[in-house]
Amino acid sequence: MIDRNSPVTTDELHAYVDGVLPADRRDAVEAWLATHPEDAAHVAEWRAQADAIRARYGAVGQEPAPERFDLKRLTRSGRGWRAVAAAALIAALVGGIAGWLAHGAAAVAQYGLEQFTSEALNAHKLYIAEVRHPIEVRAGEEHLMPWLSLRVGTTLRAPNLESYSLKLLGGRLLPGLNGPAALFMYETPTGERYTFYCSRSNAARTALRYNTAGDAAAVLWVESDIGYVVSGPAERSRLLDIAQTAYQQMESRPPTRSTENQVSSRRGS
Amino acid sequence: MGGFRQGVEATVPALRRYARALTRDAELADDLVQDTLVRALRSEHLFHGGDVRSWLYTILTNLNRNRLRALARRPIMTAIEDNDAPDMAGPEAGGRDIERALATLVEDQRTALLLVVLEGLTYREVAEVQGVPIGTVMSRLSRARMQIKDYLDGKRPALRRVK
Repeated sequence: MIDRNSPVTTDELHAYVDGVLPADRRDAVEAWLATHPEDAAHVAEWRAQADAIRARYGAVGQEPAPERFDLKRLTRSGRGWRAVAAAALIAALVGGIAGWLAHGAAAVAQYGLEQFTSEALNAHKLYIAEVRHPIEVRAGEEHLMPWLSLRVGTTLRAPNLESYSLKLLGGRLLPGLNGPAALFMYETPTGERYTFYCSRSNAARTALRYNTAGDAAAVLWVESDIGYVVSGPAERSRLLDIAQTAYQQMESRPPTRSTENQVSSRRGS
Repeated sequence: MGGFRQGVEATVPALRRYARALTRDAELADDLVQDTLVRALRSEHLFHGGDVRSWLYTILTNLNRNRLRALARRPIMTAIEDNDAPDMAGPEAGGRDIERALATLVEDQRTALLLVVLEGLTYREVAEVQGVPIGTVMSRLSRARMQIKDYLDGKRPALRRVK
């Protein structure tokens, strides 16, 4: 409808229905509709849909806010919202644990990069949904890095992603394919979450690889026997930028001393 | 700062309405609103002016996306959210129809449609909430409206039900 013979675009029809059409286009659109019954039918249909949606849900917006939404109460370390988070946690765990167990049973010694990535993505999807417990140890805690480094068996560093408004929340330890894995969680001010996953990999060094799984995506690379996966929303260029930044920061990390690895892998807890 | 809080408080009814339509589940919706408020208050210091309302819609939309991503890997759990479950809220059949029609939409399309139709956001505001260009908002809106029409016309497409 954007050719010269039709002076009204589909976008304008939507804008007309939604009441955001500039006033000086109103007459043109109405004249168009008077002579184009098919478009007029669309407009009537869209209006009816909008009316139905407002009729169905509009009343909720008229209700006075229940007490649980009282801001003072919510700031007071929130007794109420703990229960909410607990419910969410249980819901996530019921599904999540089943998934983990099924995974573990199928584990074999040699894993390809695909499995490595999907392991990281599974962890990503499971933990980004957590409101109260997205992480085990907070970023501010001094023992976060030494602990995860010890368990994964290499000197770990969480990349600094503040140039993408990503704040490090903290990390957690997970079972990985070739040993323990560390998962670091990052968050934007509006609640978008990214994770950085690292674990031993017996694959050879690789370049950055992009994978999507639904609306989440991951970028994987392997360097010096450690596999890294950056996961987040499936926005390719942004995720690749973030991964590139993380990659560069890991490049400059201090070299792993092999003796240290042996000690740490023997030590266990 | 007081302005910020007042802005948040004044938006609560609208957030509840939006969340209810997004999730079509009263309890889940209020949990989402509460999580949104807790998060907004916690990151109050990160709010550098602008429209509090849009910011809250953005948080709620993202939290809902996080929730759906977690659900996406659990097909057995999502099957519980069946369209054929008895409807608790609406006595009128029309309300149920539109509710089911909304349930057949892809999440991004549902979000765009609801923000425009129910919440009265401009296309530009929706683009900001969704973090996409306006053209993308327009195509989501357009596809949502076609899909709802198809559904209501009885051409139920073999589409996965996304809650």
